[in-house]
Amino acid sequence: MSKTLFDKVWDSHVVSSIENGPQILYIDKHLIHEVTSPQAFNELEERGIPVFRPNQIVATADHNTPTLNQDQPIKDALSRNQLEQLSENCKKNNITLYELGHKYNGIVHVMAPELGVTQPGLTMVCGDSHTSTHGAFGAIAFGIGTSQVAQVFASQCLLLTKPKSLRVTVNGKLKNGVLPKDVILYIISKLGTNSGTGYFCEYAGNVFEDMSMEGRMTVCNMSIEMGARGGMIAPDETTFEYVKGREFAPEGDAFEKKVAYWKTLPTDDDATFDKEYSFDAEDIEPMITYGTNPGMGIKISESIPVDENPSFKKSLAYMNFEAGESLINKPINFVFIGSCTNSRIEDFRVAADYIKGKKKAENVTAWLVPGSKQVEAQIIEEGLKTIFDDAGFELRQPGCSACLAMNDDKIPQGEYCVSTSNRNFEGRQGQGSRTILASPLVAAATAVEGKIIDISKQLN
Amino acid sequence: MEKFTTLQSRAIPLNIENVDTDQIIPARFLKATDRKGFGDNVFRDWRYHKDGTVNADFVLNDSKYSGSILVAGDNFGCGSSREHAAWAITDFGFKVVVSSFFADIFKGNALNNGLLPVQVSPVFLSDLMQEIVSNPQTELVVDLEKQTISVKDSELSEDFEIDAYKKTCMINGYDDIDYLVNNKEQIEAFEAHKIY
Repeated sequence: MSKTLFDKVWDSHVVSSIENGPQILYIDKHLIHEVTSPQAFNELEERGIPVFRPNQIVATADHNTPTLNQDQPIKDALSRNQLEQLSENCKKNNITLYELGHKYNGIVHVMAPELGVTQPGLTMVCGDSHTSTHGAFGAIAFGIGTSQVAQVFASQCLLLTKPKSLRVTVNGKLKNGVLPKDVILYIISKLGTNSGTGYFCEYAGNVFEDMSMEGRMTVCNMSIEMGARGGMIAPDETTFEYVKGREFAPEGDAFEKKVAYWKTLPTDDDATFDKEYSFDAEDIEPMITYGTNPGMGIKISESIPVDENPSFKKSLAYMNFEAGESLINKPINFVFIGSCTNSRIEDFRVAADYIKGKKKAENVTAWLVPGSKQVEAQIIEEGLKTIFDDAGFELRQPGCSACLAMNDDKIPQGEYCVSTSNRNFEGRQGQGSRTILASPLVAAATAVEGKIIDISKQLN
Repeated sequence: MEKFTTLQSRAIPLNIENVDTDQIIPARFLKATDRKGFGDNVFRDWRYHKDGTVNADFVLNDSKYSGSILVAGDNFGCGSSREHAAWAITDFGFKVVVSSFFADIFKGNALNNGLLPVQVSPVFLSDLMQEIVSNPQTELVVDLEKQTISVKDSELSEDFEIDAYKKTCMINGYDDIDYLVNNKEQIEAFEAHKIY
């Protein structure tokens, strides 16, 4: 029978099925961080259950970590305590941890692919909804709650009902200045924030085939923002090249054998999906959000729509925007390039390319937060730091940072931030803050101009 | 996990769509390392002004309403996977959340914590919301065994769907860990013969 990429990976991981109930799904890699793991470790300890497969778990510190003075003790007592607990729990249970300062430390969804932990055909979970990122490699990767973190600790498995399948196809040629972030913001703006609920999404078409792994990760990362548990892209030569030679990638013959298997994974030509959407690449332009969920996005050249829905109006009131107005020329005081969506080397290259020879506007505070120590090192090696320094941008140390503001990197109340992160929810970047999601290019241009500009006009 | 069979209670109407888990429990309150106490900060930035004073306009602060059922707008619980959202809602005292649509991870987290997500039709949700707003004394009856939600002393009633396995777990107060740990031999056998 014809199968989708998702079917192939899922079906090969089913340990058993409960009649009229869920299946036991085997999990190859479990990623953990400090925020959603302590209660799971406590639960296991209380129930006297050991961690079943510690060598299939990789831990990192990311959500709470400061982005300045990482060599100093963490000032915030609660953050410090959570990170200490993670260290103790990992030590006690023989789990590999890349703690603050380690050369492999970084945001869980940035460091795991970099190390080759993420590979095609695997099942991967993490107590973080953006685990969908790893689907860029053709893995089934999804976020889980803390109770499920405990289940995976205890059994390396989860009890799950197989989700339905959805395919989003984008073919054609992307316009100048349209980045992978714009592609996914466009898709979500068209489909809405709950269109993918109950589904696993495969992205297909030449637009994704032509994307770098970094771009594919940006797209898959935001699958959860349309409600899907995960997004996937079929593994191909781009994927194999990326994985090859990384710390935990198979080597030599073992690698070749894996590649032969990975090549069997793409969706069969005659396989069917429960739901399909397709878009033309030519219709996509640089995007920007105006509301308080990622589905509330428009082409940067468009105006905010008019809608009488009370929740829509509440959202605009929070953002202090009017229906029908354009965002062009809105003054912006904060810019954040970072988060598990857009903190990879490619994102900083795009930003640096635009910024080179320009200066940040006086009114703007511009934070650049790499996704990992490795990205930070690359930024310095490639000379991008000099460009950022000369332009007045602030390169900080890696972590989740102002994506969710669990550390000290908060946007003040009432201020707008053009951010490359994934969520523009109320107060996401600090109490009362207002987030406008965009690509690294739009963020860099905003920082230089001190206001939102129509980047497509400038480029053409 | 606490057992759940039936519940009769008044309800609180939260007529907002796309309530994300950042609103249910903002990130700055996720630094605790146990599961208790999150109820104090549930809907924190809607319940309180930034200076710490109570926002009288928010429905949880309206003394007209009370009860252990939260009736919310469409697409409840989207966003972050944080289970703290389910802990905060249960810690505050809710046992049931009603909506016309739930985000996947939130729904799973709720079920793993004895919080029953009841998904109803948009029409029923709208009727329910109106009923509660026009008469805050309105009592709802949620029967998990029969999979029904009704307005007491009224014709207003609807059936709801729930995964049969999860229903058994909630009625008996079981959770998934016990089941998985009891199947270790099968899991080890799978590991020995992995085909990928």
